Amino acid sequence: MKALIIDDSRTIRQLLSRILHECGWEVVEAGHGQEALEVLAANSDCRLALVDWNMPVMNGLEFVRSVRGEDKHTDMRIMMVTTENDTSNIILALEAGANEYVMKPFNRDVIEKKIALLGLTAA
Amino acid sequence: MTISPGDFDYISKLVVERSAIVLEPGKEYLVESRMRSLLQETHCPSIRELVQKMVREPNGDLKNKVVDAMTTNETSFFRDLHPFEAMKNVVIPDLLKKRESTRQLNLWCGASSRGQEPYSVAMMLLENFPQLTTWKVHYVASDISEKMLARCREGIYSQLEVNRGLPAPLLVKYFDHRATKWQIKDNIRKWVDFKQINLASHWPHLPRMDIVFMRNVLIYFDPPMKKIILGKIRQILKPDGYLFLGAAETTLNLDDAFQRMDIKQSGCYRLREGQAHPSREPASV
Ligand SMILES: C[S@@+](CC[C@H](N)C(=O)[O-])C[C@H]1O[C@@H](n2cnc3c(N)ncnc32)[C@H](O)[C@@H]1O
Repeated sequence: MKALIIDDSRTIRQLLSRILHECGWEVVEAGHGQEALEVLAANSDCRLALVDWNMPVMNGLEFVRSVRGEDKHTDMRIMMVTTENDTSNIILALEAGANEYVMKPFNRDVIEKKIALLGLTAA
Repeated sequence: MTISPGDFDYISKLVVERSAIVLEPGKEYLVESRMRSLLQETHCPSIRELVQKMVREPNGDLKNKVVDAMTTNETSFFRDLHPFEAMKNVVIPDLLKKRESTRQLNLWCGASSRGQEPYSVAMMLLENFPQLTTWKVHYVASDISEKMLARCREGIYSQLEVNRGLPAPLLVKYFDHRATKWQIKDNIRKWVDFKQINLASHWPHLPRMDIVFMRNVLIYFDPPMKKIILGKIRQILKPDGYLFLGAAETTLNLDDAFQRMDIKQSGCYRLREGQAHPSREPASV
């Protein structure tokens, strides 16, 4: 199964990518929301997107709104992975159409458990 | 038996990755003591051997065993998920029908650790079966450790703890954000009656239970003590009640009165026909 990692930090992308690989996922990456939309257009089989909030060009919330505003990728689960930890922001993201929310810092166990909550387990 | 820095490093990395428990340098003695019985169990002569075996078989069960041995209080919200699914889809709907006339449910969580398990059950119940708020629900949660019980009663969790296994919609609905911590709301907290009970010793009077959670605690006892505890659970469980054990636990070869239910990895057991203890209270309330 394929996942899209969206974060402007290369370090975080690498970290998430390693975790997902270990869990059996194939990974594509983007450095901000706009790039992610392009990557997604070429990878319509993404089942999961891990989305940072604060990014240049297009932030994570805008990305979620944009994806959820279309009829495409309706099966894709979206998980925010961000330092934003206010209840109001979590609610905002969920209302925009994110399915899960991870507050940084995280570890492999956190990510694995959240993916299980989404009913996604890689082969 | 001493542990080399490399092996300590390997084990602490494994443990933090799987359980979020941090073993700083200086905790070597803890690893050594916790590994002692595991070495016996796995017929490994040394920690060195144990680590090499994990390196050789990275997907083997040994890693789980090492993590389990290191994490006495380890717990998380909705741990293993399957038991909670089984409760939601099978166990509670069944009990709602069977207890319709009395509208009463008794639940017991026998090793509550820091409270994630009893609170997960409570949130699951409120979310899916709001009618239970008009029932008489007696919900006991216990642990041997007063320190753990204090944490349960307080219901305050770190960001890492709420990140592990708790669905975000439940976090925003049932917790208050206080600076860097999250506290479970009073309506949930007040539902659960926390008590100190040592499973390996005398048990106080408990009502006959509809559901008993005894997850990830039997693993710490030897077989004779496991038998005694399962026998006592048999006495307090209603004939049509349910028992949940941890993913690595079983009643097999310990107590034949229990039968594992065929619900995906739920660790859910029931008493076989005729195996319930003669009731101390009027039968089938
Ligand atoms: C691994 S935790 C399990 C927590 C939870 N049930 C779960 O599955 O996530 C084990 C708990 O058992 C408790 N415990 C250990 N020995 C006990 C005993 N003799 N009686 C009661 N509780 C005990 C520990 O204090 C610890 O909180």
